[in-house]
Amino acid sequence: MVDFVHPNRSNLETENRRYRFQKAEREDSEGQGVLEISMGPQHPSTHGVFRMDVALDGETVVRLKPVFGYLHRNHEKIAEKTTYLSSMPYTDRLDYFCSMTNNWAYALAVEKLAGLTVPERAEYLRVILGELTRLQNHACLMGFLLQDLGAMGTPLMYAFREREKILDLFESLSGSRMMCNYMRFGGCRVDLPAGWLDQVRQVTGGFGPFLDEFEQLLTTNEILMARLQGVGVLPRELAIHASITGPVLRASGVNYDIRKVDHYGIYDRFEFRVPLGDHGDCYDRFMMRLLEMRESLRILEAAMRDLPEGPILDPKVKIRNFKPKPGEAYGRIEAPKGELGFYLISDGSANPYRYRIRPPSLINLTVLEDLCLGHKLADVVIILGSIDIVLGEVDR
Amino acid sequence: MWGQGIIKGLRVTARNFFGSYFHKSRLVTVEYPEQKRPTPENNRNFPFLVYDGDDPEKGLRCVACKICEKECPPQCIYIVPEKDERGRPRKHPHLFDIDISVCMSCQICVEVCPFDAIKMDQEYELSRSNRFEGLLLHKRDLAKPNAYYRQIHPTEASLVDAELEQARQQQAAKEKPAAGATAGPGQPPQ
Amino acid sequence: METLEQIKTRAEAAVPGAKLAVVANGSAGNPDSLRVDSASAVAVARFLRDDSRLRLDYASNVTGVDWLEKRVSEVVLVKKVVDEVEQEFEQTVERVEPGYMEVVYHLYSMELQQGPVVLRLRTGNRTDDVRVPSLTPVYRGAELQEREVYDLYGIVFEGHPDLRRLLMWPEFLDHPMRRDYVEPDDYEYEPTPHGEVLTKAKGHFPR
Repeated sequence: MVDFVHPNRSNLETENRRYRFQKAEREDSEGQGVLEISMGPQHPSTHGVFRMDVALDGETVVRLKPVFGYLHRNHEKIAEKTTYLSSMPYTDRLDYFCSMTNNWAYALAVEKLAGLTVPERAEYLRVILGELTRLQNHACLMGFLLQDLGAMGTPLMYAFREREKILDLFESLSGSRMMCNYMRFGGCRVDLPAGWLDQVRQVTGGFGPFLDEFEQLLTTNEILMARLQGVGVLPRELAIHASITGPVLRASGVNYDIRKVDHYGIYDRFEFRVPLGDHGDCYDRFMMRLLEMRESLRILEAAMRDLPEGPILDPKVKIRNFKPKPGEAYGRIEAPKGELGFYLISDGSANPYRYRIRPPSLINLTVLEDLCLGHKLADVVIILGSIDIVLGEVDR
Repeated sequence: MWGQGIIKGLRVTARNFFGSYFHKSRLVTVEYPEQKRPTPENNRNFPFLVYDGDDPEKGLRCVACKICEKECPPQCIYIVPEKDERGRPRKHPHLFDIDISVCMSCQICVEVCPFDAIKMDQEYELSRSNRFEGLLLHKRDLAKPNAYYRQIHPTEASLVDAELEQARQQQAAKEKPAAGATAGPGQPPQ
Repeated sequence: METLEQIKTRAEAAVPGAKLAVVANGSAGNPDSLRVDSASAVAVARFLRDDSRLRLDYASNVTGVDWLEKRVSEVVLVKKVVDEVEQEFEQTVERVEPGYMEVVYHLYSMELQQGPVVLRLRTGNRTDDVRVPSLTPVYRGAELQEREVYDLYGIVFEGHPDLRRLLMWPEFLDHPMRRDYVEPDDYEYEPTPHGEVLTKAKGHFPR
């Protein structure tokens, strides 16, 4: 593997200074100046407050610089001032589509730090909720990608119709549709209400026909194939070099799914396949999510069938005055967007000394410029949509 | 044939459109505010204080222990305990304010309350015209009767009532032999 | 995967002049870390990435940590001559352990699917000697994360292709995540202030 040399830049001085366009880039193919556009923070297609400074030669992208920090809430510093449990509701708000998996990643990191064990029933519940989260996140993403392509909201609303059913399930379990605050250190907060599993079976039963309908709507659609295939190709070596994770990595052909690598939770007991892509373009990334949704349905079926009875919270865990011993731990899970990790350093007090979130959306944005060079401006929107970012996670 | 994929897609759209006249599952619009979706039992929005009986002052379960104020992550609860004539704190809150513009409905205050005094409400139509005073709920706005709690969260309320009843019976059982002993010699212990 | 000591010996053999140390982790079940000196950090990282038994080609997480200076008071036995008799006295000695900042890298292997190796780079102190070599040429995934560490902690990475602020705006001057960061004195009215917010509120709204 070769070292990374940044494509069109010489070594800038490492000072706090704005980047400057160098003189050579000021001229495009016809000798005229390049057009610099700021696809500013308020834009319907940028998935949140996200800005891109794009330099265009006609309609082709010559240079692209992402700018973020508009949603920076300094969650890491807040966590250093409050207790471990009080950070749990804040983790809901990181990747606000997938609050259950954010909670799970944080709970996993704290359990590693403090050496807690999780009872069986809680593990199965975590898997069920994690896979439901993956389903609704991928449905949402496909809806938004089609919206960006110009499908004027129809497939988006079909996807949201299914997502609403899953959010209703979350509401009847944890009390809130999106900010669930459900996982605790050593298990889950509250047990299932009566009839919840039957509702889940109803929803997952209806999800299969929805996926068939979606595939019929989209996968042989000529417009889709022309606009997605061959656009934003991510080569395999670059993907590994740039620490890309999640469906974007697997679309480039690298078999790295943290559920299979780390064996966290009880994922070893479920048989599921990991889809891999051949080309690494937008079409592969799109299909990756569709196939992952089908695998999630299989895991859900198996988990609901095998769900045991028992406690859902480790009885030794204290809710108040929770003070883990000094040390550090890094816990990571396969969130729907990639690898979500929490790095915690404890110094023995009730507040963490260092609390760090490894955001998948931010790191997947490393290659945004490489993917967009040479494509048209309309393709930039689609490539951004296929990388699947959420600004709550990028900026924390 | 070129264009076949698009036609297949249009067939799906047609199925959804015409199907919405026949199948309820395809017609998902709820015309708010004339129609409202029923919220499930576990739904939570902002907290409220529970009082037993009819008097919101005397029956208030809260003893102003300030645990919820300490554990609240955005620190939206403000409690001042009542002081008696000598200046010692009594087990009753003088001021209990929740700033619902800050509250994020995380429900940690409910989890840590040892007296089942604060529970989650389900009201969501809470628009006010003033950003600061209007969104600051005081004790008289927050106190709601136990009957209301039983109405919005039936399963939880019945569990809480059973626990409190059990605690009361245990307390009564402990006090009975003590009362029998202080009643005087010659009385048989009960 | 090999233990950290084995990796350390092989890295020391492969990169001459490298000074490595194993930093123990307090909590059981979590891996210890390997501290590398700044001069040979890039060479050691390249060895870890290209070595056939390790193949640690994926830098998962880059973190900055700020360790303030610690005042340690120790009880020390001191020999003194009193009345021409040598006696031992106990004396408390105050020592100041200097503060420093660290950059922690979690390295995994995608090819061999093996576990984390935690690498730590240390700066000289917290004020002026804050330069550390950048591992971006070896792991491009560290590019945005090192920018964030520069932005929030002030650690300057030498060899980084584009070191600018990431989350704060470009004209911002301080480094927010440091432990001794003082927030600017702007206060917005809120009805229920607590604690330090209350002292700030009293400064702005005396009531």
